[in-house]
Amino acid sequence: MDWAYFLQQLINGLTLGAIYGLIAIGYTMVYGIIGMINFAHGEIYMIGAFHSLITFLICQAAGISGILPLTLLLMLFVSMILTSIYGWGVERVAYRPLRGSFRLAALISAIGMSIFLQNFVQISQGARVKPMQPLIEGGITLMRSPNFDVQLSYMQIIIILLTFVLMVVFSTLIAKTSLGRAQRACEQDRTMAGLLGVNVDRTISTTFVMGAALASVAGMMVTLYYGVIDFYIGFLAGVKAFTAAVLGGIGSLPGAMLGGLLIGLIEAFWSGYLTIEYKDVATFGILVLVLIFRPWGLLGKPEVEKV
Amino acid sequence: MTDNVQLEVEHLTMRFGGLVAIDDLSFTARKGEITAIIGPNGAGKTTVFNCLTGFYVPTEGRLTLYANDGPRLLERSEGFRIPRNNGVARTFQNIRLFTGMTVLENLIVAQHNALMEASAFSLAGLFNLGRYAKAEKQALETAKFWLNKVGLYEQADWNAGNLPYGSQRRLEIARAMCVNPSLLCLDEPAAGLNPRESAELNVLLQSIRDDQGIGLLLIEHDMSVVMKISDHVIVLDYGKKIADGDPEAVKNDPAVIRAYLGEDDDDELPPEVAADLHLDPKAT
Repeated sequence: MDWAYFLQQLINGLTLGAIYGLIAIGYTMVYGIIGMINFAHGEIYMIGAFHSLITFLICQAAGISGILPLTLLLMLFVSMILTSIYGWGVERVAYRPLRGSFRLAALISAIGMSIFLQNFVQISQGARVKPMQPLIEGGITLMRSPNFDVQLSYMQIIIILLTFVLMVVFSTLIAKTSLGRAQRACEQDRTMAGLLGVNVDRTISTTFVMGAALASVAGMMVTLYYGVIDFYIGFLAGVKAFTAAVLGGIGSLPGAMLGGLLIGLIEAFWSGYLTIEYKDVATFGILVLVLIFRPWGLLGKPEVEKV
Repeated sequence: MTDNVQLEVEHLTMRFGGLVAIDDLSFTARKGEITAIIGPNGAGKTTVFNCLTGFYVPTEGRLTLYANDGPRLLERSEGFRIPRNNGVARTFQNIRLFTGMTVLENLIVAQHNALMEASAFSLAGLFNLGRYAKAEKQALETAKFWLNKVGLYEQADWNAGNLPYGSQRRLEIARAMCVNPSLLCLDEPAAGLNPRESAELNVLLQSIRDDQGIGLLLIEHDMSVVMKISDHVIVLDYGKKIADGDPEAVKNDPAVIRAYLGEDDDDELPPEVAADLHLDPKAT
């Protein structure tokens, strides 16, 4: 057993998992509050990636891309804000008019939204793969072994740290603030929450916005990490993050993060030790197994059927 | 008398297709009084509540609430604006607490509007900034007051769903009061309570009436509660008001007895029914 190789896969897996986790939180939060899967969420993530790339190109044109921290912060905030507007729009257009209608209607309109956003980006930005120049290079060599050096790049450190910070901030938001309380109240009984003065529509919109903001961070991280994006990245990442949310227990915030990390690790180790071509098969195999044996996920609570 | 009116219902009619659930109902509920609405099943009692709390838009009629800062028309606003703009709070026949949240959180959620105004979309809440911290302290004080009042202070950190049934009922009333309403609508608060809990409930409702000076509207089947604590009783039957007055007058009203027991020439009530109505069988 080559421990260096193992450690490297672990680092890669955690990085990938952090990104999946950030997207999965959006699925899980929206599911928690309206009990439906937001199938346009993967596209929101893709749009976040595009926003960060466009912001970078504007910075470059303005000649401020030399100041790296400023550029990164601009990319982060501009992309979070613009993508949040898309998240809000998805709720406003595809969900709110259908509130109170049968569940399948909202599901179909979300899928329609997803197709629309994908094609919108394909037409407006072109179908070709967009390159992104590496902004953060270098890293730390953690361990040297005869045939392999374990690298922890600065980019990976940033991804893992930023994810951790965002997780803490959002958990506090949900647990401690009045907005979070309102969200949990709406999760349990929307009518009652409304009767107590909670603006239910606005709370649901805020949930979509929060999910979109996190997805846009994930999009930006992927843009910087892999250096290429295209209009189609949202589909696979979205489905994998959905798998992560289901694995962790849909509706549970820590579950989404845990599920994301596990999916990232499974993918990294599968590609590292087995066949890279079959890594998606492994991921979705997990989805099937979870749905059969533990549909409420690792940290979720089994739904008790009320009679 | 008129300046003491809390709620004025005028010619309220609610139709569902061909079904007339409430037919030209008018009544008033006064501040600092408990107004009970009673009637056989299907008389339209809960429909009145649903009109008051924005679930239904009345087909006809006017609902005026005289809050501290002037009259408001209830049928004009809906949804989450009801508690904020209108000051109407309500409890349900089947308890609707947020069972996944703690007892304390249930009471804090009810003060959501005050907190949201102070929290600048939760950003201030996240960093615990001045105004929000103050508003939150205020909310905690209010919650504490009501926890003490309903005797749940020790259970503040329990999951609301783990409370015994009677405590859940009291918590629901406390939560409604945290909205700071001008009118509190209680839908069968005594349902499922044992006699001791029911007596405790009477004390609680009376103290809300006397200390807060707000109007209480009560739907209740338990006549021991209705007769003991209400100041004013309205009897509905098939959506129509058939009696209106103080409890003594209402329970002796022949129209009420007919509605409850059916058209019958036989004046003799079965003893258990008489006991329910608190009539002395020998006196009748």
